[in-house]
Formats: sequence, C-alpha cells, structure tokens
Amino acid sequence: MFSFKERAIKFIFSCLAFSCLLFLLAIVVILFWQGAPLFSYMDFSQFFFGKSWYPTSQPPEFGIFPLISGSLIVTLGAMVVCVPLGIGSALYIYELSGPNSKKILKPIVEILGSIPSIVFGFFALTIAAPAIQQFFNIPTGLCALTASIILGIMAIPTITSISEDALSFVPNSFREASYALGANKFQTLFKVTIPAAASGISTSVILGMSRIVGETMTVLMVSGGAAVITSSFFSPVRPMTATIAAEMGEAAFGSLHYQALFAIALVLFMTTLVFNVIAERISQKYALKLGANR
Amino acid sequence: MLEQNIRVKAKDVSFYYGQKRALKDLNINFFTNKVTAFIGPSGCGKSTFIRLLNKMNDLIPNTRAEGKILLDDENILDKKVDAVKIRRKIGMVFQKPNPFPKSIFQNVAYGLELCSMSKKEMERVVEESLQKAALWNEVKDRLRDNALGLSGGQQQRLCIARCLAVEPEVILFDEPCASLDPISTSKIEELILELKKQYTIVIVTHNMQQAARVSDWTAFMYIGELIEFSPTKEIFVVPKEKKTQEYLSGRFG
Repeated sequence: MFSFKERAIKFIFSCLAFSCLLFLLAIVVILFWQGAPLFSYMDFSQFFFGKSWYPTSQPPEFGIFPLISGSLIVTLGAMVVCVPLGIGSALYIYELSGPNSKKILKPIVEILGSIPSIVFGFFALTIAAPAIQQFFNIPTGLCALTASIILGIMAIPTITSISEDALSFVPNSFREASYALGANKFQTLFKVTIPAAASGISTSVILGMSRIVGETMTVLMVSGGAAVITSSFFSPVRPMTATIAAEMGEAAFGSLHYQALFAIALVLFMTTLVFNVIAERISQKYALKLGANR
Repeated sequence: MLEQNIRVKAKDVSFYYGQKRALKDLNINFFTNKVTAFIGPSGCGKSTFIRLLNKMNDLIPNTRAEGKILLDDENILDKKVDAVKIRRKIGMVFQKPNPFPKSIFQNVAYGLELCSMSKKEMERVVEESLQKAALWNEVKDRLRDNALGLSGGQQQRLCIARCLAVEPEVILFDEPCASLDPISTSKIEELILELKKQYTIVIVTHNMQQAARVSDWTAFMYIGELIEFSPTKEIFVVPKEKKTQEYLSGRFG
C-alpha cells in the first residue's frame, strides 16, 4: 500500500515536470504549423533577405531583413550598455565590496530585475525619449538608441546575477594561491578569478542577450516602429518582437500576413534557443573544468 | 641556538576571530635552514598561526592580531607592512593542491609575471623551479598542458615549484600531504628535506610520524597555546610537558 502511494506521488510529480516539455512541444508545433505555409508563397531567401516589409500593400511584401536589422542594432546597442555595467557590478559586489555595500547592492540589482517591462517602457517613453531627443537634437526620441539604453538596463540583473554565481564557483583556494605568490587584489582578479569564471561570465552575457532579443513591450513602446533598414542609432527601428506585437491584432486569421508573423516568431524562438544551447554548453564545459579541483 | 640563526621570531602573538581568541601569547623562533613542525589536535590554531606569518589572515574580515612577528626586524603583524613584499619572502603551500586552471608553465610563471621579467629569464626560472621541486622530468614534455591534468601529488609539487619560483626565504607548508597517497607523501617529504638546505621551513601536520621524519624542531599546540617547543629528537622521546606526552601517546587528538 505504502509503495503504491509512493509510486503515485512520483507519477504525479513526473507528470508535472513533463508538462513543461508538453508546452514547449505544443509551442514549437504550432509555430511550424502556422508559419510554414508562408514558404509555399515565398522562399527562405526572400523572407530573410527581402528588403521591404509591407504586409498590407498589394501585393504584400514580407521581407524581414529590416526587422532583423532592427533587432540587431538594438541588441548590439543594449550589449554595449549591459555588458560593462552588468559584469562590472558583479565584480564589485562579489569581489571588491565590503559586506555592508554588498548587503545594499545585491537586493537593489534583484529589484531592478523584477520591475515589469511595461514600467521600463513607460519610463522610456515619458522621460528617456524626450531627454534623448533634446540632447542629440533629433526629430524623435523614439529610436534605436533609446531602446538600446533601456533594454541594456533591463538586462543588467540577468548578467550580474549569473556572473556573480560564476565568481562564487571559483574556488577560494585559487585566490589564496594568487595572494600567497605576492599578487595584489587586482592582479588576482584579472589574472586568476576572471579567467577562471570566464565561461560563466560569457554564459551570463549570452543569456542577457537572449533576454534582450526576446523583450517586446519596451521595444514596442520606444523603438519608433519604422520597418526600414538603418545603421544609425538615431533612427526609429522596428525589431522582430515589436512587429509581432503590433501587427498580430490586425492580421486576418490564416492570411499570409498572419503566417509571416508566425514565421518571425519561429525565427525568434530559434535565435533564443541557439543562445540558450550555447550558454548551456559553455556552462557544462565550465563545470567540468573546475570540477577536478573542488 | 645562536641568536643570528633565528630567521623569524614571534613574540607574544595573539589572534582573534571577532571576539574569540584563537591564539594565546605565542612565543617561538624559526631557525635558518631548519624545518619546524607544528603538531596538535584539530582546531588548536596551528594553521591560524602559520597563516599569520605571510599575512594570509589579513584576508579574513573581522580578525585582529596582537604581538610581534619579526622578519628582518620588520613586524609582519603591523598593518602598515606591505603584504605583497612579505608574501614574496615567505611562500606558502596549501593543504589541498591548488594549481590554477592554466598550463603547467603558466602556473610556475605566475609569480614571475607579476614582476616583469624577460621571457628567456622566465623560462630558465621555471625550469629551475620545477627541477628543485623534483617535477621537471615528469612534465618537461608537456609544459603547455593544463595543470589540472596532473595527479594530486604532481599538482602539489607543482604548487611547491610555483612557490619556489618567486624565490622566497621561508616556506610554509600547511598540511601539504593531507590529501595525498603514501607514495606522493614520501616524495614531498624527501623534497622538504632537500629544500631545507636553502630555505627555512615551517610545516603544519596532522601526522606525528611525518613531523618526526622531516623536522628539526617540533612545536606542540593545544587550544591556541604553544605547549612545548623542543628539538624533534627530544620531544618525541622525552616530552617535557604532560599534555605533550598525552597527545603523543594517543590519549587524545
């Protein structure tokens, strides 16, 4: 009787755990199912490298290159913001700060991570965008630069907390060995601690990137929404996520437009999947590398 | 022992972790080209004491030391004394082999890179240090391999080589064989006997036989106090203190 109860409990929990897999599979299947028919209308290169996204003109054009370039420029800009700030904060909090400032800073970074993205978007729309418009004297503050800065700030907590974990996995014996050989704090940090945590830190950057690429609400509000190819941070852009969010409501069910949006979602899904797999690979290698010594 | 043979002199050394007093008024001398072993039960303060000698305890927050440890008339315990300078004179080998996750060469060269040195000179010192640590013949063909691929005993000799490369005068061994097999242990012991010709050596050990085999002087510590400090030949045969006798005969520990 007892063993039946145990088996039942185990069964229930395994069902709960596997439900995640079910959701994931369902999403992938639906993305393919809804998105794939588009490619009977156009081929992959037209879709990926087509230079114009005019879903409502006659005939409609579904080239997502402007959207990809929008995502790319915003992501690059955001990385410039979040990588130095995120890694820098982690290094300060874990390696350099005293226990008191650690006690204050760590929760602050966590709170930053828990702010809903709509709040960031609202802040960007009402404060950051006008300020940037005035400062650079550009026609609109709703541009790639604003989106980059806000997305960068949003990704800091991800990078900081995972980098911090990576630093905490570096055995203290490495630091002690370095000090005992006459290294000072910064030599120890740059020659021993950071190299030993490097793969964990790069994992954090990749996951931060994945967060930026997938972020929707904020980019929808501040990126400006122009589906044009640009290399300027001062012009409005329309990243992939914003396109889906803005147009899903008006695309007729089952239409080509509808299918194209699903195809974009598939591209986004694949991108973040690749990022996550890379991150996972790196952290596995990392665990093996230090494992022998712990 | 003559006064000029004293390399390091500790006077009335006490140490506190927060409010807790971990060492009580230690007085001890370490003699040039001699091996001094610290024995005593776990938690008696042996490691705490030798970590004072190269200022490693400075890294632990909320601790404080009193008294004096003199090296070349300089008080190591003085906060104003440069830790880097002291650590270059007093090297340390830790309980668990802790090579960096770098190549064998880079491990030994680490301390040299800190003070800019020409590449040629560096290669010479690395080879010399590995030879002194009796590891050269085993690794000379794979200096570029990751040090973590070495066996535990080899890793520990690599750590010794790394320590020798910066040319210290005193070497501290904090239970260097605690995680090693008997064969590796005997290699390290042979090495210590070889090294004492050039260096002043302090070793903490849990293993009384090891203390008897390698040391010239033995210090017995118990709950933060130095109970007895005598030549090794005497302390193991005719201990002066009752506590020492009890410990050596296995009454506690």
